[in-house]
Order: sequence, then C-alpha cells, then structure tokens
Amino acid sequence: MEEVLYNVLGAIATFLVAFVVGMTYGGLNRKITARVQNRKGPPFYQNFIDTLKLASKKSAIHHGVMQHFGPAFLMVTSVMSLLIVPVLTHNQWFPNLNFHGDLIFLLYIMVFGPLGMALGAGQTGNPNSAIGITRGLSQMVGYEIPWVLALVALMIQYHTTSIVGLMAVQAQSGTWLMFSSPFAFIAAVMAMLGMFSYSPFDVVIAPAEIASGPASENGGKYLFTMMSSGSVFAFVKLTLYVDLFMGGADNIVILLVKTFALYMIPVLYSLTTVRYRTEQSIRWFWGWPSFFGLLAILQAVIF
Amino acid sequence: MINDKNSQKIVDIIQNWARKHSIWVLGYGTGCGAIEIPPTMTSRYDAERLGVRGAATPRQADVLLITGYLTTKTLKRVIRVYEQMQDPKYVIGFGSCTINGGMYYDSYNTIKVLDKYLPVDVYINGCMPRPEAVLSGFGQLQKRIAEGRADGAKQYKENLEWYRANQKKIIPNWVMPEYNW
Repeated sequence: MEEVLYNVLGAIATFLVAFVVGMTYGGLNRKITARVQNRKGPPFYQNFIDTLKLASKKSAIHHGVMQHFGPAFLMVTSVMSLLIVPVLTHNQWFPNLNFHGDLIFLLYIMVFGPLGMALGAGQTGNPNSAIGITRGLSQMVGYEIPWVLALVALMIQYHTTSIVGLMAVQAQSGTWLMFSSPFAFIAAVMAMLGMFSYSPFDVVIAPAEIASGPASENGGKYLFTMMSSGSVFAFVKLTLYVDLFMGGADNIVILLVKTFALYMIPVLYSLTTVRYRTEQSIRWFWGWPSFFGLLAILQAVIF
Repeated sequence: MINDKNSQKIVDIIQNWARKHSIWVLGYGTGCGAIEIPPTMTSRYDAERLGVRGAATPRQADVLLITGYLTTKTLKRVIRVYEQMQDPKYVIGFGSCTINGGMYYDSYNTIKVLDKYLPVDVYINGCMPRPEAVLSGFGQLQKRIAEGRADGAKQYKENLEWYRANQKKIIPNWVMPEYNW
C-alpha cells in the first residue's frame, strides 16, 4: 500500500518537473529565436502565462465527443511515456514503471498521440485539420525509419530491449553510447529534428499555410491540454535521448545540462532553415538519416 | 470557499494578469492597415516582448484586429470570425476608417462606424497609425483588461438584438449559422 502511494506521489512529482522544465525550454526557445532575429523577445516564462490564459478562457467550443480524444490522447501518451523513461539513474524520487522490452513498447506509444489527434481532428470537420493530420502521419513515416533503425541497432548490439539495460551497459563500460555506436546516435538525432517538428520540418503546424493544422479548431482548454502535453513530451524525448546515448544523469542539474545541450540541436537548426514541403521532408529522412541508420545496423551485426 | 467573493476577486486578478500579458491577435487584414502589422511584430518594434503574438485561427485568438475600412462584403466574414472566437475576446478598431469612415466617409459600400456592428474595446486613431501607435493601443487594451473593463463581449451578448438588427440592415442575404458561444 505504501509503495503504491509512493509511486503515485512520485509520478505526480515527475509530471510537475517535466511540465515546468518543458515549458521553460519552450520559453527559452522563443527567447533564443528572438535574440537571433535581433529582437528582445518575450520573457522565458511567457509559455506559463500563455497556458494560464488558455486555461482561464471562459468558453471552449467542441464539435462532438470525438474532439476530446485528440488532446486527451496526446496527454495520455505524454504521461505514459514519461512514466516509462527513467528520469535519473539512481532514482530515489522519480519512480518509473520500466520493464523488459519497454523500448519496443515506447516505439508504439510514441505514435499513439498523433493517431488520437487524427481522430479528434477528423471530428472538427476543418479541412486544415485534415491536411495537417495527413502531413503529420506522412512525416512520421519519414522519421520513424531512421529512429527505428537506430534503436534496433542498439538492441542488436547490446542484446537488451530495456532502457535501464542500455543505461547499465553504459555504466559498466564507462563510455556513452553516442561514442560506442556513433552511427545510431547520428541517425537518432536526425530523427529527433522531425520529432520536434520545428522548422524546416514544421509541415504539420504551418501557421501561415494551413492555420496551425490539427489544432486549428481547438481553443481554450483543448489548446491548454495540447500545449502542456507537448511540453511534457519534449522533456520525455530529451530525457530518453540522454538515457540512451549520454549515459543518463545522476542528478537533476546534470540532466538539465545534457537535455538543454540536446535541445539546442533542433532549435538552432530551425533558425537557419525555412519550411520544407512534405515530400521534401520525407525524402530528407529517407536519405542520409536512414543511411546512417543502416550503417548502425551493419556496425551492430558485424562488430 | 470558491464561491467566496474575495477569493473570486483574487482569481480574477490572476486571470486578468495572464490575459493581459498573453494577447494572441487575429489580424483581419481588411484594409490598408494590415501593412503596419509586420513592422509591429518584427525586430524593429517587437510586439512579442509584450506577449502579443499572432494566432492562426479564430478559435485560438483573443483579439480581433480590424485593420482599416470594412466593406459590406467583408463585414459578414468579420462577424462570423468574431462569433467563432472564444470568451473573453476583444476587438481593436485600427485606423480612422473604423471610427467614422475616414477617407471613405461617403463611400456606398463600406461601413462607417464599426461600433454599431461589433463591440470595439479600443480604437487606434490615425491614417495610418504608426507601429508606436499600435503598441500604445495594445498598452491601452492591457490596462483595460487588468482593470476588468474590457467587457465588449459581454455587451455583445447582452445587446445581441440591437447588433443583429444593425448587421442585418447592411447584409441583406443573411445566410449564417446560429451563434455558438
């Protein structure tokens, strides 16, 4: 009984940490973008104000029951994957429900949110939502290939399908996986650019083109849920990369340093480029990233 | 506790503070005033430092920015857009044309006084208003929101028949969906 209570409280604490960190990173992204464009930019806590405002909207219209599924599925996906990914290596405070094969489970879970969003966006009847969903699922077919190739390479090379197992491998050998299997790391980082869907891969929420796509009919509390689940999911993705390739983190400061360094890759890359079309984006992911993924598989099989 | 008047006041202050510092603008570029929005948003004047940023759709927006003259044809679309926005919502009338018709004072196919058709919270005078004036208008709106006086949407709800009568006088073929708040 005590253990259950401990797990529930720990899960809530983990969620709060993920929410705050993800929101702050989003705000820092806006700040950095502004500074690069020679602007002053909003304060780094601007995203908190935005979410508070969205939550305190007095009305939020919906077009039917299915529309609730979109934001709800996104939130469920974020929380489920947050509970599987270990936040710290020797975690006293952050419990996680990892098990053998959770890496494969995570691969499935990460596409669950966009599929729920497809259901929700279909109900709204907005043509922009339908276009956004089509683009999102197409792009997912693009970046899932290098991502899965990189993960399968890791699984073959180290004979384990659990995240904790891969972290133990790094702890034993003393080298991070980004050095011992570099091709998998390159492929995974390139796939991460697509996962964050910042420019040039922001084909899904192209605000000037298809009016923010799947989110176009969601205001108020729906948008609040989507924004907060997006922040939590960003934290989950960054933490997963740190766990898999950078040896995890012993305390929260090291975790923040490592995740922020990783987060700068999509942020800074987005500042240098403009939006691709959907087919260009898919072609990009099926080019060099998939090539590096195949190299990773070769390395795993031969060595 | 929650229905207590004093605690409601505190909640209102916090919510109004958030609304004040996060203004998502739906720029309805009806007239020439839309050309002043890009300099307001980009690096010279940088409205984003005040929390003002563009919204993609009416569902996500807080402020409807009517930039310049409104023809009788676009009025219908503007009304539809305004009614799709979620409460609390504000309207900014931008330029002289929304106040008294401006240089289109004797035109046969533009509306003269925007306030008769939509509840305007803040007017920005000028033809064109410079970005400084636009920022000052946003500041005025922020002040009104913080004081809780930006209640145009409430007035629209209360005087819906009056607004509808005015709108239908301009738009003869009224084929519109029912108002959904």
